[in-house]
Order: sequence, then structure tokens, then C-alpha cells
Amino acid sequence: MSVFETSAGIALTETHSVTATAADGFASLGWLMIALPLLGAAVLLIGGKATNSWGPMFATIMSWAAFAVGLGVIFQMTGLAAEERSLSVQLWEWVSAGDLSVNVGLLLDPLSMVFVMLITFVGSLIHVYSLGYMEHDPDKRRFFAYLNLFIAAMLILVLADSYLVLFVGWEGVGLASYLLIGFWNWNPAYATAANKAFVVNRIGDLGLITAMAILFATVGALDYATVNESASSMSQGALLAVGLLLLLGACGKSAQFPLQSWLGDAMAGPTPVSALIHAATMVTAGVYLIARSQAIYIETPDARVVVAVVGAITLVYGAIVGCAKDDIKKALAASTMSQIGYMMLAVGLGPIGYTFAIFHLVTHGFFKAGMFLGAGSVMHGMKNRVDMRRFGGLSRVMKVTWITFMMGWLAILGVPPFAGFYSKDKIIETAFVGEGWQPWVFGFTALIGAGITAFYMSRLFFMTFQGKARWEDDQHPHESPKSMTVPMIILAVGSVSLGFILGPTGILENWLEPVFGHPEHHEPVLAIPLIIALTLTLVALGALLAYFMYWKSEVATEAPEGTAITKAARRDLLQDDFNEVFLRKPGEGMVTMLVATDRDLIEGGMVGKTTGSLAGLSDLLRRTQNGFVRSYAMTMLAGIVVILGAVWVMQ
Amino acid sequence: MTLVAYIYLATILFTIGALVVLTRRNTIVVFMGVELMLNATNLALVTFSRMHGTLDGQVYALFVMVVAAAEVVVGLAIIMSIFRARRTASVDDSNLLKL
Repeated sequence: MSVFETSAGIALTETHSVTATAADGFASLGWLMIALPLLGAAVLLIGGKATNSWGPMFATIMSWAAFAVGLGVIFQMTGLAAEERSLSVQLWEWVSAGDLSVNVGLLLDPLSMVFVMLITFVGSLIHVYSLGYMEHDPDKRRFFAYLNLFIAAMLILVLADSYLVLFVGWEGVGLASYLLIGFWNWNPAYATAANKAFVVNRIGDLGLITAMAILFATVGALDYATVNESASSMSQGALLAVGLLLLLGACGKSAQFPLQSWLGDAMAGPTPVSALIHAATMVTAGVYLIARSQAIYIETPDARVVVAVVGAITLVYGAIVGCAKDDIKKALAASTMSQIGYMMLAVGLGPIGYTFAIFHLVTHGFFKAGMFLGAGSVMHGMKNRVDMRRFGGLSRVMKVTWITFMMGWLAILGVPPFAGFYSKDKIIETAFVGEGWQPWVFGFTALIGAGITAFYMSRLFFMTFQGKARWEDDQHPHESPKSMTVPMIILAVGSVSLGFILGPTGILENWLEPVFGHPEHHEPVLAIPLIIALTLTLVALGALLAYFMYWKSEVATEAPEGTAITKAARRDLLQDDFNEVFLRKPGEGMVTMLVATDRDLIEGGMVGKTTGSLAGLSDLLRRTQNGFVRSYAMTMLAGIVVILGAVWVMQ
Repeated sequence: MTLVAYIYLATILFTIGALVVLTRRNTIVVFMGVELMLNATNLALVTFSRMHGTLDGQVYALFVMVVAAAEVVVGLAIIMSIFRARRTASVDDSNLLKL
């Protein structure tokens, strides 16, 4: 069965369906987007030391080349009618086992191209940034190889046309993430962090694999086209199971509750990695997965509510953790978690939320990557210190970093007209749409989350750049080189302008319409101006509170004791302790018990007793081997008598 | 006297021979017990030959005698060498064939 023949379609509403057509022209070269960075990674890894001098530059060029190819495909797409913008590039038949047949193919549609643009553009900027940031690292060739590997894997993930190929990319980014978190693995803590990320992700992957198994059992295929087509004919139970298992996969990759514990530790990786993988791209793969599986979630509102609940929990969770962290990168990581919570909430709201989730994902990719790069720049100037209590007053010495970070800060706060205002406020508005308890719970959660976000991001910004300098004596902060500041400036420009370029103009909404359809407009339970006013008020309050606490008043260089909540939040709201007590300890207990069972019952009892009794028996038999010829003769005689007796009896 | 009496005699001789083999310690005596058993068998074979009126049993008896002669040679040689090596003719002293 070929995907060519199946009328594909992301049947969203009954009137709405798009068929993927075979790509021609430039788009048929879409596979180059993956091949180029993959080639870069291969050359750098296989070439070894020979590529040390030109390798990093080569990797950067490969990444930009992938971006250029993506841009070409987008140009070709804009020339097509909206309904024809779903192109498929079939590469080869991969799995042909009995009823299961999976072709390796790419699906170039508006949704995947948005991701391609985000990944290759932000990714390439971060390549450039890394040229400066990693300049003195002896292993920078390996670093760039992994970065290219990541870009390739992430592109496989978003361009795949079936769940199985998506899974290849899914694991590929997991591998790249693992390798990059543990890049400085001479530090055991960093290596442990890499392992932790890997292990937690495995739990999510299990969900994804099981979801694929159920899909194959019920639908008989794993490509999106067939799955989307037959989703409506699946049983409710199967749909719910697939929905929840896909969510489990998404939770692992996107660090959503309850699998969020790895993201904070993942900050052990070099800062460009945190910006690219753990802020802008990989962690949003979960949102992509759920948006891509919309056909399933439309049929199962229960699973959708669970998605929204997970998003709502995580957005508050991340925000609270963000308030307590003194490590600038961990505070940003908590913020990432929280912002992805917003996106999850949006995709959980159903068709009305998809576009806004993707919108926020794109703007977040820009402003969060920008802020991470800013944090990297600060660390670069401050001898790799990350404790914000020892920063302060950096606005005077790091002007470019300060301004670009401010753009990101204003964007995440949602101050008009910065990007976050358009994307995040849309999500908050959408959260208020619905009936019953849902709009009130989700709406106010999102609203309060925005207030807390304003507080902790302002806290981070003020503690780092404003107020009095609290530097240690040996610090001489300085601005970073051009290769680092230019990407930051470009991302800052995006943080400022992407919102009003893509939002009010309807560019993104129209672009994604062939995929997500045009949802009916629903009125929120509160008036929209009221929601905007409430949001802005809360944001202003949060920022003001932070202003008084962390700019006007003295910030202690040692963290104060704090309340029980602060202490808990510093420990990621006891997530690790919870895992320790409720998962690791019982797990360890179970393993100990199994080992004991194996040792005492299986090895000692069943096997041991069998061998023991055999040994005892043979011990008895051995006694007959006494070496006395006469007793042997007796045995022979007895034997012959017995045989003769037997013969006699038988006759 | 019927031919069956010879069978009884052969059985008695065989039993005596077997008991000698099983109970005596001296290798030479044990050896004599073996010879007694062989000759008891010969007697039985010859008797059966007469009972059935065929020569098969007698032929077997001749075979047994030839083999017994060969066995005596080998057996006595073994006994001699054991006696030389261990200074004893008791079968119970040659009990190395055990664990």
C-alpha cells in the first residue's frame, strides 16, 4: 500500500479535507533538508581530528543550507493553492512485514514547514552563536557534530509522514539531547543529568510505542493519512488509549507533568544546547505530536481534557519553580516548562487552540532561545557563574546582552506589542472558551500563570541586569564577541516583531488553515477586553512586585531560608523526592525482592534442591563403587539372576 | 539315573563355585571358584547335548575349555604381577578401583 494511493487527508471537520500530492519541482528535494545536516554530522564524526579546523564552520554551513532548502520549499508552496500545500516525498519502502508496510516518506505541509523554519533558522543562529561560545573548548568539533545530528533528527521528526518515521526522529533527538547534556561528561553530575534525561524520556517513549502498537492493531497502518482517515471508525476505548499514550510520549519529550523532572538537570549541557534543544525545538516536539494527531484527539474529548489538565498543571508548576531558582539557567528551564504547559493547554482545548499553540511555540522559540543565549552571554562574561544572587548591575557592562534580553523578557511577559502578547494572550482567551467548569478552571489557571510568569521573569531580569553589582571580587564582566551578539540581536528582533507580523495579520492562521481547518469562532465566557485587561494587570502586578523585591531592595548574596513553599520550589516542588520515595524506593524494593526470590526460591530452592538431591543420590550410589571385586561379582550375579528371573516370569 | 541328575549336579557345582568367588579372599581360591563355575557350565552343556541329541552343547563345552585355558594363563599372570607389586594375594587389598 502506498501513500500515493491513499487519499490522505487530515480530515478535521467534515467539510474539510486535504490530500497530500506527490511533490514535484524543488519540493521533491525536500529530503536534502535532513541529508545535509546528517552529512555534516557524519563528516565531523568520521573525519575526526582532520576536521578540527574547518568542521565547526562546515556544520554551520550545513545547517544554513538546510534552512535555505526549507525556504525554497516554502516559496514553492506559497505558489500553490491552499488546499494543495500538502506535499509528499516518498523515499523508499522501509518496513514490509506481513500486514504492516511503512514507507519512508516526508510530508511537507504547512504545519511541518513552520517547524522546519523554526528549527533550521533558530538552529543555524545557535550554530553561529556556538562558534563564539565554544571557541576555546577542545572538543568543539564533536559539539558541532552533535548539533548537526540534532538538527537532522529533529527534521526527521517533523517531516515524517508516519508515526514510525516520526519515532526515528523522536529517538534521534533524544540521543542528541543525551549526548549534548552530557557533553562535559567528565563532570559526574552532568553525566548523571544526561542519564536522567534519557531514562525519563524512555518512559515517554514507551507510551509512544504502545500507542503505535494499538494504532497498528486497530487501523493496520502507521502513516498519518490512513490513521487520520480511520480515526473516526476506531472504538472509543482505543481512541482514548491512543490519546493518553501519545500524551505520555509528549509528556516525556516536552517535560510535562509528571515527567518534567529531567529538564532542570538538563541545563548541565552547554548553554547553546539549552537554548536550541531544551527551549526552542526538541521540548516542543510533544506539542507537535499532539497537534499532528489532532484527528485522534478530535474523536476523544476525554483525552483532550487530560491534555489540557496536564498543560494547566505544568504551567503553574513551572511558574512556581521558576520563582525560587537562583540558577539563571534553571529558572529559564522552569519557565520553558511553564510556557510549554501553555501550549499543551492550547492543544488540549481542541481545534480552536491548535493555531495559537503553534503560534506561541514559534514566538517562544525565538524569545526563549534569545534569553538562553543572553544567559549564555552573561555566563561567558562572568566565568561560567550561574548564581543570579552574584550578578546584578550587568546592564552597564553588557549593553547588547541587556537590550536583547530585555526584548525577550518583555515578550514573555506579554507586554504589547511584543510577541508574547499576541501568542500567549490568545491562549488565555481561548482557555476561557467552553462550557461548564472547564473555561473557568483553565482560564484562571492560565491567567494566574501569566501573573506568576511576570514575577519570576522580572525577578530573573532584575537580579541579573539591574540593581547593585554583587559580583565576586575576581569578576570582570565584558560583552561577548560578535558571533554571539549578532544571533542574540536577530532573535531579539524576532521577539519584538513576530507577534504583530504573524498574529493580527492572520498570516500564520491562514498558513495553517489547510492543516487545522477554520474553527468556528467561540465567545469566551468573559469579554475579551476584560481578559486582556486582567492579564495585563496581573502581569504589571507581578513585574512591580519583582521590581520592589529585587531591584529597589537589596538582594542577599546568600539565599535566605525561605518558607516551606520556597524550599520545596527550590527542590523542584519535591519532584525528585517524590520520585525517590514513590518510584525509586519501591522500584528498588521490588528489585531487591526479585533478587531475593531468585536467589532463595529459584536458585536456592528449586535449582539448588534439585542439584542437592541429585548430589545426595549420587553420593549414595558412589558408595557401591567400593573397589572390592567380590561385591562387583555379587552385583553381576544378582543382575543375571534378576534378568533370568524376569525372562522366566515372562515365559 | 536320569540325565536331570547331571543338571542338578551342575547347578550345585555352579553354586559352590559362585559362593567361593563371592566369599573367599585369596585370589587363587577365587580363581578356582571361577574354574568350578566354568566346569559346572560345561557339565550342563554336555548334559543338554545328550538330552537333545545334538552336538551343539559339546562343541560349546570345547569352546569354553579353550577359552578357560586362555583365561587361566592371563588370570595367573595378573595374579602374579599383583602379588609382585603388592605382596599380597587377597582380592580385598586390591581395591584401588573406587572413588
